[in-house]
Amino acid sequence: MKRLFITLSVMVTLAFSVPASALNIFACEPEWGALSQELGGDRVSVYTATNAFQDPHHIQARPSLLARARRADLVVCTGSELEIGWLPVVLRQSGNDRIQPGKPGYFEAATYVKKLEVPARLDRSEGDIHPGGNPHIQTDPRNISHVAEALVQRMAEIEPQNASIFQTRYQDFSQHWEAAIKHWEMEASPLKGVAVVSHHKNWIYLYTWLGMHEVTELEPKPGVEPTAAHLEEVLTQLKLEPARMIIRAAYQNDRASKWLADRVKIPVATLPFTVGGTDKAKDLFGLYDDTIQRLLEALR
Amino acid sequence: MVRRISIVAITTALAATPMGAYATDDADQRLQDIEQRLDRLETTPTIAPSESMSSFNPAVSLILEGIYTNLSQDPEGFEISGFPVPEDSEVGPGKRGFSLAESEFGIYANIDPYFYGGMNLALTPENEAEVEEAFIQTIALPKGFAIKAGRFFSAIGYLNAQHSHVWDFVDAPLVYQAMFGSQYDDDGVQLKWLAPTDSFLEIGGELGRGAAFPGSDRDKNGAGAGTLFAHVGGDIGFSNSWRAGLSFIKTSPQDREFTIVDLADNEAVNSFSGHSRLYIIDGVWKYAPNGNPYYTNLKLQMEYLRRHEDGDVTYDSDGALGLTNTASYDAKQSGWYLQGVYQFMPYWRIGLRTERLNHGTVDYGANNANLPISDYNPKRNSVMVDYSPSEFSRIRLQFARDKARESATDKEIFVQYLMSLGAHGAHQY
Repeated sequence: MKRLFITLSVMVTLAFSVPASALNIFACEPEWGALSQELGGDRVSVYTATNAFQDPHHIQARPSLLARARRADLVVCTGSELEIGWLPVVLRQSGNDRIQPGKPGYFEAATYVKKLEVPARLDRSEGDIHPGGNPHIQTDPRNISHVAEALVQRMAEIEPQNASIFQTRYQDFSQHWEAAIKHWEMEASPLKGVAVVSHHKNWIYLYTWLGMHEVTELEPKPGVEPTAAHLEEVLTQLKLEPARMIIRAAYQNDRASKWLADRVKIPVATLPFTVGGTDKAKDLFGLYDDTIQRLLEALR
Repeated sequence: MVRRISIVAITTALAATPMGAYATDDADQRLQDIEQRLDRLETTPTIAPSESMSSFNPAVSLILEGIYTNLSQDPEGFEISGFPVPEDSEVGPGKRGFSLAESEFGIYANIDPYFYGGMNLALTPENEAEVEEAFIQTIALPKGFAIKAGRFFSAIGYLNAQHSHVWDFVDAPLVYQAMFGSQYDDDGVQLKWLAPTDSFLEIGGELGRGAAFPGSDRDKNGAGAGTLFAHVGGDIGFSNSWRAGLSFIKTSPQDREFTIVDLADNEAVNSFSGHSRLYIIDGVWKYAPNGNPYYTNLKLQMEYLRRHEDGDVTYDSDGALGLTNTASYDAKQSGWYLQGVYQFMPYWRIGLRTERLNHGTVDYGANNANLPISDYNPKRNSVMVDYSPSEFSRIRLQFARDKARESATDKEIFVQYLMSLGAHGAHQY
C-alpha cells in the first residue's frame, strides 16, 4: 500500500513536473518549430503544436495546447488567420500575459513576408479565404529568410542574455540557407513554366518562387472537399490546358488526386508541405530538398 | 549599316581581349544583384501591416437556428418523473411543428491590453431578448490566473460551459435538464488557475448570485452559490486527446417553487428552502488519426451528476389547497449520460446518446403523507446524423425514445439547422 502510494506520487510529480529553464517556444506549425530550433539551438525548448499530417486550419484548443501555451515565453505562428479557429482561444485561456497579441512573446510570421492572393472580395460563399492573403508562406524558402531575420531579433529581445548566441546561429543559418536557395533554384530550373493542378490553394508561394503555373485546383472552393462534379470540370479543363502533375500535401486525402491522375495519366507529387511531411523532410533543408526532388521526379 | 559594323566590332573586340571576360563577369554579377533585389521585392511586404487576431474588431457573430419537431406525446404534459423543476426551466422537447429556435447574437473583443469581454444575446422565437452571457475576463494576469466577471456559463462539468449551438445533439441531456433546468448560467465572478505543467491541470471556483436553478433568487448580501472545479487532460500520442473533470456546486435556494401532483391527485405548488449540493464527474476522449480530425474522428463523452438537497419543503405553499405544511426534506438523486459521435467522412457525423436518471432516495418527512415519492428511473436514447458542408453550417436529424415521464414513451423526431455568420467560431475542445 505504501509502495503504491510512493509510486503514485512519483508518477504525479513526473507528470506535472516543470522542466529546466530555456526559452520556451510554442510553435503553431512544424516549419516555425524547426526554424526556432535552428536559431535557438540548445538555448530554446521548442514545442510544436501541430504536425505535418494535420490541417492547420482544423485544430481544436486541446487541453495539451493550453498547458503548453501557459509556460511559453514566445509563440511563433503563421498568422494571416491560419490559426483563427484555435489560437485566440488557446492564448486567452493560457493565463499567460507574455504571449498575448501585441506583446513581444507573440510572433506572427506572415507579417514579415509579402502575401499573395489577398482577396479583393471577402465573402464566405468563396470558401475558406483569408482576408490577409494566402497564409501558406512556408512553401517559398525566401520567405523563411525574412521570417528568420525577424524572429532572431524577437528572440534576442525576449532573452537579451542569449542575444549574441542567437545572432551567431542566425548568421550561420542564413549563410547556409542563402546558399541552399541558390542550389535549389538551380536544381529546380526544369520546373520553370511547368503547369500543375493543386489539391488545395496552398502552393502559390512555391509556384511564384519556381515560376510554375497552376491550372486549377481539385477543391471547388478553398477548403471545400473535391466533388465528383468539380473533378469532371477539372478533367475538361485539363483537356484544353494540359498539366504535367497533380500536387497534394501529405496531410490531404489522396482519393481525388489519384482519381484524376488515373484519368489524365499524369503523376501525383505528394509534397511534405512542412517539416515532417515525408521521411526526408526532417528539417527545413530537408523540406525543400525533398520538395524539389519530388517535383523533378514527377516531371520525368 | 555603320551601327551594325560598330556592334560587331565592339563584340569582337570584347571577346578577343581579356577585358571582355571581366566585363561579362561584371554583367553577371550585376544581373545577379538585380535578381536578388527582385527576389527581395517579390517577397518583402511593401508596408508592414499590423494584423489583429481577427479582421473583425469586435468579433460579431450571429447564430441562426430553426427546428422542426415531431412528437408522439403532447409536450404540454412533459415532466421528468421524480425530478420536479421550477416552472420557467427550459426542459422538454419544445413545441411541435416548425419553430424558430433561439437566435444568438454575440459581440466579443479584447477591451484593452488587460481585458477581454463580450455579450451573447439569445433572441427567442417569442420576440424576447435574453442576456445569455455578458462578461469581462482578464487576459493580462500572470502566473496562469484569469478572472471572469459578469454573467457566464459556469465552468462546472463539460457541456455546461458550451453554448447550445455547439452541442452534438439538439437538446441538453436529461440529467442537465433535471438538475440545471438545461444549463447553469449565473451572475458572479470566476477565478481560474492553469498549472505551469506539461500536462493540463486547471482548477477554479466561482461565487455567484445563485439565482438560477438549483438555486433561487434571494434578497441577500453575499453569494448565493459557490462552485469548485478541477480539470485535467492531455494527449496520448498524436491521435488521442482527453479531458476529465470533477466539479462541485453548492446553492442555497430560498422558496424554490415546484409543482407536482400530490397523493390526492391535486396539482400542488410547493417550495423548497435549504441547501443543494451537486457533484459532477465528466470525461471526454477524442480520437482522430494523426490528430487530423478533418476526415474522420471519434468523440466519446460522459458526465455523472449527483445531487444532495436538504432543508424544508412547504407543501401547498400558495395555500390553494388549504393544506399548507412545512416539513424536513432530504433527497439524494443522480443521473448520467454517455454519448459517442463519429465522423465517418468529411462533413458527416453520426451520434448515439444513452442516458438515465436514478430516483435515489427522497424523504419529505411529515409531508410523505402528501407528496408522492417516485420509484421510476427516467431514461432516454437518442441517435443523430448531421451534415456540415462547412465550418459555418450544420443540418441535423435526430430521433429519440424519451422515457422521461413514467406514464408514456415519447417518440421524437427533430430536424434542425444551425448556421453561424460573422466572426469565425472558436474550435473549443
